[in-house]
Amino acid sequence: MTELTTVEEILERKSHSVRRDPKLAHTHDMHESLLELEAKGEIILQRVPEPFVEVTTKYGRLKKIPVEHTWHHKSCGQCGHIPGYTSSIFWLHRQLGLDYVDPTDQTSCTGWNYYASATSNMAAQASVMSRNFATAYETGYFPLIHCGTSFGHYKEVREQLVQDKELRDEVRRVMDKLGKPLVIPEEIVHYSEWVHIMRGKFAERQVVDLSGITATVHPACHYYKVVAEDAIYDPDIYGGQRMATVTTMLKALGINVADYSTWFDCCGFGFRHILVERDFTRSFAVQRKIEVMKNEVNPDLVVTHDTGCVTTLDKSQFSGKAHGRNVGIPVLSDAQVAALAMGAHPFRVVQFHWHSTDWRPFLEKLGIDWQKYWDEFQVDLDAIRAGTKSGVTWADADQPVVYGNK
Amino acid sequence: MPTTLENWNPGKAENRHPEVAYEVKERLFLETKNDPRYHEFLYGCYECGICVSACPTARFYDYSPKVIAQAMAREDVERIYDIISEDIWNCAQCFSCVRCPRQNNPGGLVTILREVAVKSGLQETKDVLQGYSRVIYKVMLKGNQVSPDMLQPDLFADWGPWVQNFSANMPIWKKAIPVDSIRGVTDAAWKVDRKTLLELYTIWFETGSMEIIKEVDEGLYDLLSDIMQEELEEG
Ligand code: SF4
Ligand code: SF4
Repeated sequence: MTELTTVEEILERKSHSVRRDPKLAHTHDMHESLLELEAKGEIILQRVPEPFVEVTTKYGRLKKIPVEHTWHHKSCGQCGHIPGYTSSIFWLHRQLGLDYVDPTDQTSCTGWNYYASATSNMAAQASVMSRNFATAYETGYFPLIHCGTSFGHYKEVREQLVQDKELRDEVRRVMDKLGKPLVIPEEIVHYSEWVHIMRGKFAERQVVDLSGITATVHPACHYYKVVAEDAIYDPDIYGGQRMATVTTMLKALGINVADYSTWFDCCGFGFRHILVERDFTRSFAVQRKIEVMKNEVNPDLVVTHDTGCVTTLDKSQFSGKAHGRNVGIPVLSDAQVAALAMGAHPFRVVQFHWHSTDWRPFLEKLGIDWQKYWDEFQVDLDAIRAGTKSGVTWADADQPVVYGNK
Repeated sequence: MPTTLENWNPGKAENRHPEVAYEVKERLFLETKNDPRYHEFLYGCYECGICVSACPTARFYDYSPKVIAQAMAREDVERIYDIISEDIWNCAQCFSCVRCPRQNNPGGLVTILREVAVKSGLQETKDVLQGYSRVIYKVMLKGNQVSPDMLQPDLFADWGPWVQNFSANMPIWKKAIPVDSIRGVTDAAWKVDRKTLLELYTIWFETGSMEIIKEVDEGLYDLLSDIMQEELEEG
């Protein structure tokens, strides 16, 4: 930790301006400890596969982000409630011809038990993480984490594993029982970091003009507040004082990103609150986020990069509307926006129908005839109902739509 | 107990739970303090209130991360009992409070306090977690927590008419998703291989997680352990 000696230094620390020098960081980077553990034979350190792109984190450390050969650690909230989020991430990979695995030998991170009900302990959490990482390693692919909470949670657990030999020994005992090695990836990578490094490629293939769109960004708490030093920052984005992911991608697609005063506030998800105390969730999402955005910048779209945030900000707006509050902004993930920009089908891929706040005006503003694509999708659904089609597959969804507004 | 000059102690909370022995409260405090994460989460407190201004929960509940950090730093066993028996469940676990200039993590302290509360089987904790059994059941048995079939119109009426429409169409909509691992799955988020589930059950038994469930919900424990044991025996 840096010693604080003057009042000025203390005040600067309190103002929380970010100094991009790893040596000045008050947090401890554990990458050297990982190498030591690997040298001692305690862990297998899985290297980020080539090709990768190096980007700077909050205090200036370089983080490697893999372009492909990734094992997709899916998010239960995305797959269960916002499937267009997941399908957009995969669709983007497929469009760019990138190698990936969509595993069925993956489990959730159990962040739900950790952050919501506490019906868990350090050994269980570390074992669940290690089992997933060992499985990715055995498959020969590098984990890419879709969920902001899994990403933050795994980074915390990784620190615990590095610092606590007893925990390592206990997890190794459990992994031995499963016949798996104790593997820690060199970097824990969130999919929005992959979106960040690929934004130029998305822009090259953009078929929808988004220059008339204003968006607000909700930065996901578990992405940049948990193990904060590992999130990506860029001097060009708010002077390097706020996380860069999402904003960089939106700007690359020509979207006007508007600032609003409560950007640091959470969405109101709260884990147990979204399930059993939704009055808090609804009130917070409407009063501290959506209404503030609406009053201050009236955006066409809210974009975020985590499961719970999309669900909370989208689904909470109905009650706000019922109470006559100033709401009504569609909410999408960065991956969905990128996919739409590249011509992903609004229903087969982006799956707008799983979102409840009215998205039709947004598509109409882009000149996209959503009814035409909805009708196409209804033909799919009718065929599934009639049993002549088992489901929508990549064969139906891969082909980009040419919207013709660009 | 009314505050009088005799029992007034400005540094410590009064005893609001005389029915609980001091030794019990002290044990809960020590268990929290001895958690390996504790020294990473608390370095003292400037009482600046930055955490409170960042905290979403403090806006809507009678709740303060500053009070939690201070109570822990002062080792105020009575106040900590107040916090562990109620306040901790209000925290949204957003970690906005890590803005703390002292590098404290009040949300992290809450995480430890919750785990201690669960492990100790506090009645208040059992009450709070009562509506939560289904979530624990899903994540432990299915390998992922959020499934589309949980969005029932009567449980999510505040999400508006969309939920009714969703619920009526969900099984078909779920087949119309191109991602292979999630297409058609309605009772889980994605398909999880049986071998993977057996590995997960082994983790629960080996790490003492089942004992934790037993503390908070014995019925759920019986149900889960019966199913898991049977599956593990089948291999
Ligand atoms: S983690 Fe809890 S205490 Fe900290 S800011 Fe969020 S709600 Fe408040
Ligand atoms: S921000 Fe930190 S130092 Fe300030 S009151 Fe909260 S816990 Fe104490």
